[in-house]
Amino acid sequence: MITLNNVTKTYSLSKPGEYTAVHDVTVELPARQITVFKGPSGSGKTSLLTLIGCMVRPTSGRIHLHGMAEQFPFQKDESAPLEITGLPERFLTTIRRTTFGFIFQQCNLITGISVLENVMLPAYTTGERLSKVRERALLLLEQFAVVRHAHRRVDLLSGGEAQRVAIARALINNPTILIADEPTAHLDSKLSHEFMEIVFRLKQEGKTVLIASHDPIVTDSVQRDRVVELRDGVICEQGSNR
Amino acid sequence: MITTRERHRNILDFALSSLGRRAGRNLSLLTMYCLLIFVLASLLFFVSALKREAARLLEDAPDLVVQRLVAGRQDLIPENYGAGIAAIRGVAHVEPRLWGYYFDSWNGANYTVIASDKPTVKDGIAAIGSGVARSRKIHAGELFPLRSPGTEPLLLEVGAIFPGTSDLMAADLIILTPSDFHTLFNFPQGKFTDLAVTVTNRKELPMVAAKIAALYADSRPILKSEIQRTYQSIFDWRGGMILLVLLSAVLSFIIFAWDRATGLSAEERKEIGILKSIGWDTSDVLLLKFWEGCAISLPAFLCGVIAAYCHVFFFSAPFFSPVLKGWSILYPQFQLVPVVDISQLLVLFFFTVVPYITATIIPNWRTATMDPDAAMRS
Repeated sequence: MITLNNVTKTYSLSKPGEYTAVHDVTVELPARQITVFKGPSGSGKTSLLTLIGCMVRPTSGRIHLHGMAEQFPFQKDESAPLEITGLPERFLTTIRRTTFGFIFQQCNLITGISVLENVMLPAYTTGERLSKVRERALLLLEQFAVVRHAHRRVDLLSGGEAQRVAIARALINNPTILIADEPTAHLDSKLSHEFMEIVFRLKQEGKTVLIASHDPIVTDSVQRDRVVELRDGVICEQGSNR
Repeated sequence: MITTRERHRNILDFALSSLGRRAGRNLSLLTMYCLLIFVLASLLFFVSALKREAARLLEDAPDLVVQRLVAGRQDLIPENYGAGIAAIRGVAHVEPRLWGYYFDSWNGANYTVIASDKPTVKDGIAAIGSGVARSRKIHAGELFPLRSPGTEPLLLEVGAIFPGTSDLMAADLIILTPSDFHTLFNFPQGKFTDLAVTVTNRKELPMVAAKIAALYADSRPILKSEIQRTYQSIFDWRGGMILLVLLSAVLSFIIFAWDRATGLSAEERKEIGILKSIGWDTSDVLLLKFWEGCAISLPAFLCGVIAAYCHVFFFSAPFFSPVLKGWSILYPQFQLVPVVDISQLLVLFFFTVVPYITATIIPNWRTATMDPDAAMRS
C-alpha cells in the first residue's frame, strides 16, 4: 500500500509564478489494484504521480510505501513503512529502479536507438549481464506483440507500438508498482482498450497500477478498481469500482 | 547485486550505440579533433626528433671552441694562440680550424665551407653536402666553380657527396683542403677561424675555459654544452613559433568542442530526465557522458598521434620541414630517426583529452543532479 499524508507540491516556491499543483492531499492507495486518477488538465494528476514515483520531492507532507521495506537495505526497521520523502537521492534512485515502472504520456522513448535497447535501458545500471537482460527484454516484447520490431529504431514505430514498448521498458526490472501518466492520450479507442487489458493482466500478476487519465476508456473502465478524482490539486472524490 | 564491471560495460555499450544517433555531429567533431592532434603531435615529434638528431651529431664536436673577438665581433685567431692554449694543464689537444661561409649568387644559397686534411679531399677535389649537390645540380666526379676574390674562379671536382643521413648538419657543407680554402677566400696565412680544444678530463672544462680567457683577454671559449643548448633553444624556438601560428586553430577547436560538448539541447536534457526517471543514478548519467567523451576523444587522439608519427617519421614531415629544419634555401632532406617523448605525449593528452571530457561532463552533471521531472521539463 502507498499512503500520502498532507502532501503538497508547490513549483517555483517564493518566486514569481509560484504554483501549487498538489494541495494537502491525503490518500491511501491499495496494493495489487488499479487506481485511476482522473480530472481535467492541470488538476494535479501528473504531479501526484511524479511525487509517488520519487521523481520530485513534495514541498510538505509524507509519502509511505508499506510492505516493501525489506527490499531496501537502507531501511533498518523492516516492519515499518518506508518513508520516501526524506530519503537521499541515491536511495530514491534505487527505489525508482526497483519498485516503480513508468509509462509516460509521450512514451518518452530514447530516439535513435532500437526498440530492444530502449527496453533494456533501465537494466543497464543494475550490473546484470546484458545477455540476460536482452533475453528478458525479448520475452517482454513478445508478450506485448512487438518483438518483430526489436531491432527497429523507435522513431519508426506507430503510437500503439511505441506505447507497448514503453510498457515493456517499465516492466524490465520487474517493478511492484506501475505508474502510467495519460497512457492512452495518443492511442485510438481500440488500442486504449488493449492497453487496459494489458494493465489488467499485470494487476493479476500482482502489480499495483496507478494511472493518471481523463480518457473515459480508462476512467470508466471495468478493469480499474478505484478512482480518485482531482480538481485544482485537491482530491474531490474517491471511490471503488466494486 | 550490482557488479561494477558489468555496470561499466553496459553503460559503455549504450554510450557507443548512442554515438551513432548524432553521427554527423560526432563525425565532424572527431575529424576536427583528430586533425588538431595530428598537427600538434607532428610538431612535438618533429622538434623532439630534430633535437635528438642535433644532439647526436654534436657528440663528435670538440669539448671547447676558442674564438677571438675584436671590437665585440669574431675575428681570425693567430696560430700562436694555439701553442699558448696547448701549454695549459689539462688540455689534451688543440686543433686550429679553417671554416667560413660562401654566398652562392647563382642560387642565393649560403654554403658552409670547412678546410680539412682528411684523405677524402685533395687539392682541387672537394666533398659536398647533398643540399649543395641539389642546388648546383651536380654529381660526384663533376666540376663546379666557386667565385674567389682573385681573377679566376676556383674550380673544384666533387670527390664525394655526404649521405642523406647526415643532412641536418651537412646539407650545405663544402669540405676542401686548407690550400683551396686559402685560395677561395684569400685567407691570410698563419691565422685560423677558431681553435678546437680537447681536454683530458671533461669535468675540468669550465676551469680550462676560465684559464684560456685569463691567458688571452680577447678570446671567447665556447663549451660544447653551450652549443648543444643553443641548438636545443633554436628548435624549441622554431617549434614555439609554429605553435603560436597554430594557436588560432587550437582556440577554434576549443570553442567548437566547448560548444558541441556543453550545448545541451532540450532533447538531451529530456533524455537525462528520462534516464533518471527509469532508475539511472546521477553517477550513471555522468558515467555515460564520460564514456561518450572517451569514445570521441581517445580514438581521435590515437588516430591523430599515429597519423603524426607516419607524417614525421615515414614522410619526413612535409608540412613543417621548411620552417623547422632551417631558414636556408638548402632544406636538408633526411629521414628522422623515430623518437617519441612519452612525457610530451602525456602533456598533449592532458591538454586535449582531459579538457574535452571535462567539458562534456560538467553541463550534463548540472542536469543530472536535477530531479528527473525537472530535467525533463527544463
